[in-house]
Amino acid sequence: MAKYDVIVVGGGVIGVSVAYGLARSGQKTAVLDEGDVAFRAARGNFGLIWVQGKGVNCPEYARWTRRSADSWKHFTQELEKLSGINIGYCRPGGMNLCLSHEEMETRTGLIARLIDESDGEFKGSMLSREAIMERLPGIGPSVLGASFSPMDGHVNPLLLLRALYSAFKQKGGDLRTETVTDISWRKSVFKVTTTKGEVSANKIVLAAGLGNRKFAPKVGLNVPVHPERGQILVTERLQPFLKYPTSLVRQTKEGGVLLGDSHEDVGFNDGTSPRVMASIAQRARSIFPHLEKARIVRAWGALRILAPDGLPIYDQSISCPGAFTASSHSGVTLAATHALDFPKYVIEGALPTQLNAMSEKRFHVH
Amino acid sequence: MFTSLKGNQAKTVTVIFEGRELSVRKGLTIAAALLEAGITHFRNAPVSGAARAPFCMMGACFDCLLIVDGLPNQQSCLIEIREGMRLERQSGSADLIIATGKEPL
Repeated sequence: MAKYDVIVVGGGVIGVSVAYGLARSGQKTAVLDEGDVAFRAARGNFGLIWVQGKGVNCPEYARWTRRSADSWKHFTQELEKLSGINIGYCRPGGMNLCLSHEEMETRTGLIARLIDESDGEFKGSMLSREAIMERLPGIGPSVLGASFSPMDGHVNPLLLLRALYSAFKQKGGDLRTETVTDISWRKSVFKVTTTKGEVSANKIVLAAGLGNRKFAPKVGLNVPVHPERGQILVTERLQPFLKYPTSLVRQTKEGGVLLGDSHEDVGFNDGTSPRVMASIAQRARSIFPHLEKARIVRAWGALRILAPDGLPIYDQSISCPGAFTASSHSGVTLAATHALDFPKYVIEGALPTQLNAMSEKRFHVH
Repeated sequence: MFTSLKGNQAKTVTVIFEGRELSVRKGLTIAAALLEAGITHFRNAPVSGAARAPFCMMGACFDCLLIVDGLPNQQSCLIEIREGMRLERQSGSADLIIATGKEPL
């Protein structure tokens, strides 16, 4: 039976970020990846590195997000050097476009709160329609204003995942495609049973996305995450016109324009539906009327991994010490801190108090 | 470069290619009609800028892209030529006006 220092369950962007960080610190690390049958959020997401709007009512999460976003430049350089892959990272700042007066009011309040709750560490402001027109020529009359944060950016999420795999392997990591069927803990050793046999390790990190829900109880943890479907459309490649990523529309380095931000509760169904695709396309066209001439070349659905309060879940098991979990909807934004910070806590064997607000204990019924 | 089969004397239509009137045979695809008129430069590749012309003539290679009546990225080998069509070369990726502020034809 192969023996590791740490086994990471889950080969998505969170699992491989953490695993890369562990391998980079000299830990003998394996990633157990379910393969292409998995509901892989890492292959379906929009690619935003997003700070604005996150962590209202939870300053710890807001700080954790800023920490990751601020580490991204260094993280990208490291990944690109190791993998030779240009992952398309840039941080021009991002806009949340407002299409109604109510939305403008809500965003104004939200930005003010984030600045206040972070003692000014969060940078953001509201932009008038005129100010947006200077930055984004071609916006339609439906855009009334936007919230802007210079802390936001974007990246190609598929190339990020590929670069992470490459960097992980170069640091000696072991990527195994096998489905986990059981996890047990005896005499301080975790034994993981898979479709291909058994592997063991002194520590285990559950980063299996929606799968964490069923794996967590096996090591004394509780990860009550549920799926929320988002659908994305992408256009043919167009000449660059969108200098800033927005929460609804972003143009990739290669020229394709991603249209998205739908929210549906349809269980474990990651397909697409004409009704939602039509409403995404209509909204995008009302933001950039010229997009009506662009052809949509692909569409897909993917499942967000959400806790009841929308925050990430980080914890270590009390009954099976050495078992950690990392669950979040924001695997791309948090990739830098998952690779550079979180592995240190796993190696030290204790999560810092700054993550207490994101513990699974918040779900305990008192 | 291309010759038509014997006895194939179809009617003609007039189209505008790059601002110039062309008389071409009716019933052809845009790509076939332009090739028959001796035009071999359809677009410029987005990355290298190289001049490109139709290659597969069956919708697979995307080398025949033109701006057709203001719509970019049209596969000219799949569209039948029609009277009065305005055809333009496409330089690089499709430009939705937003990038350059210029209206197509």
